[in-house]
Amino acid sequence: MTTSNLDVARLRDRRRLMLRIRAFEEAAIRAADEKLVLGAIHPSVGQEAVAAGVCAPLRRDDLLLSTHRGHGQTLAKGAESIPMMRELFGRDGGNCGGKGGSMHIADFSVGMLGANGVVGANINIAAGAAHAVKLRGGDQIVVCIFGDGATNRGPFLEGLNWAAAFHLPVLFVCEDNGYASTTKTGDVAGGDIVARAEALGVPAENVDGNDVIAVEEVSQRLAEAVRAGAGPRFLLAKTYRLLGHTSVDKAPYRPAGEADAKWADDPILRATELLQSAGLSEADLKADADAATAEMNAAFEDAKAAPWPPVAAAYDDVQDLGAELAPAGV
Amino acid sequence: MAKMSYREAGRLAVAEAMRADPTVWCLGEDLGRGGVFGQYAGLEDEFGSDRICSTPISEAAIMGAAVGAAMAGTRPIVEMRFADFALCAVDELVNQAAKARYMFGGQSKVPLTVREPMGMWRSSAAQHSQSLEAWYAHIPGLVVVAPSTPQDNYGLLAASIALDDPVVYMEHKNLWDLEGEVTDDPSVQLGKARVARAGGDCTLVAWSGQVHVALESAETLAKEGVELEVIDLRTLWPWDEAAVAASVAKTGRLIVAHEAVGVGGFGGEVIATIAEKHFDLLRRPPMRLAAPRIPISYAPDLEDQARVTAGQIVAAVKGLE
Repeated sequence: MTTSNLDVARLRDRRRLMLRIRAFEEAAIRAADEKLVLGAIHPSVGQEAVAAGVCAPLRRDDLLLSTHRGHGQTLAKGAESIPMMRELFGRDGGNCGGKGGSMHIADFSVGMLGANGVVGANINIAAGAAHAVKLRGGDQIVVCIFGDGATNRGPFLEGLNWAAAFHLPVLFVCEDNGYASTTKTGDVAGGDIVARAEALGVPAENVDGNDVIAVEEVSQRLAEAVRAGAGPRFLLAKTYRLLGHTSVDKAPYRPAGEADAKWADDPILRATELLQSAGLSEADLKADADAATAEMNAAFEDAKAAPWPPVAAAYDDVQDLGAELAPAGV
Repeated sequence: MAKMSYREAGRLAVAEAMRADPTVWCLGEDLGRGGVFGQYAGLEDEFGSDRICSTPISEAAIMGAAVGAAMAGTRPIVEMRFADFALCAVDELVNQAAKARYMFGGQSKVPLTVREPMGMWRSSAAQHSQSLEAWYAHIPGLVVVAPSTPQDNYGLLAASIALDDPVVYMEHKNLWDLEGEVTDDPSVQLGKARVARAGGDCTLVAWSGQVHVALESAETLAKEGVELEVIDLRTLWPWDEAAVAASVAKTGRLIVAHEAVGVGGFGGEVIATIAEKHFDLLRRPPMRLAAPRIPISYAPDLEDQARVTAGQIVAAVKGLE
């Protein structure tokens, strides 16, 4: 991207979202360090441009299936930071009432049908959600974001084939951060991910996943095709996971200097530099960063002060028939 | 209504649900040509190939897609062809379908009926014969149904499709041709057992194909003056503890017979519950009759080793006198 054709207002808006995602996860990591977030969290630091770019062209009623590394995607789909942070803290008022946590965060009110604790499991679910859209009519689309690790699981084959065979309105996005948990994906994968998708009959493209405007533009084009009835599309967004698999993983398995070098390619830094070269003032750039930090610090403090869910909620929403009754007195 | 087969009763329940609700649809292998057992015969002609969806042999995608479709406003009926094949879709059923409502804090329900034809059938051997109902009863979030008659297959399948939660619906492959009267019997309800035969001497709890074996043993016992009460549980979760307890209150004796392996089988749950909560009703030690812990063979004589026969039930009942 050159500065001559840069849409400054749009890039500033995307940078604001990426800053919010970054600040949310920094607050969540701090909370995990302070034992306020009790379960594992999987930060997407360095991958914010994929979430921000892919979700930019989506409508509120479009559907998104996300992953265990899905805080950014959830925010990008329109979920609010306060209930999200409460969910990570396991508190009352969380999106899932504190019953899901980071890996099962969902906000159906904005079409976010769930993160998933099982790698690749969201692919078949997304195909089915798109199948429902087709059966019911209408022009919603479904977006399914998963990592490179998921492309080695069976649902990748079954779900992409399904979407192609039934010509379903779904955009698959592989967020390729280079690592499947703590293993370099290239060490355990045969063939090429884009070629795999194409072999299953899903037209596929590559994009620089750290260039938020590039991600947005290709996503816009693919989403429009999907919405117009072209059938499924696939996007491979190459990015890099700047932190470990979880917040406590220091990633010692990475070659020395690899992550340090990649910080120079931080998608937020890239957006900042572009905006600087386009003449946006340092005061404006700083104000946006400060606003993001303030929002997420407030979410942190809110969640820390929030009550725990009522214990009786452990027995709610199991099933309508034959659920265990809450013990007497609960 | 009419006399019809167990197969036709299921087909009718599906057809009526699809006529009443355009969001009900079926997905599974070979459904357009009626399904592997003919239980979908003619439905594609009436409802079209979008709603009678013939899928690739992709069990995980069939189940997973149904979960997504259920969360996105439709009511899928999944056909797994053989219960054994559903093991290719365990994540989708156990981690996804059964958990979504709970772990998303009630934001969504998963109205999903999963048909899993079960049980021994004509030298089908180890991968086409299993009875794994106890596995599903163990999973919070699932309803588990195993009908034994055309009447129940009609009423319970209709009730399962109408339910807002995932149901594992296990028809017995050996019963497809069984004929019986089918009406709109309001007593056919999920979670309600049926007294398949009344008797005062011993309670025999069974479900699915084993009910018919139990009824055969009851005939034999009756000729010898012993009246067996056969309780058809029909639904394994939730199961009708009150009906079993009421029967044991009368007989003081309890046998649970099932086609599944005894170790970890659902008979253990029934007996443990009665022993824990209704111990005073028991005048003899309760007993399980179930398959030994062996895979099911192809050769008929070996296959029969996995069966609980009417003769074994008769002998067991006499042993409790």
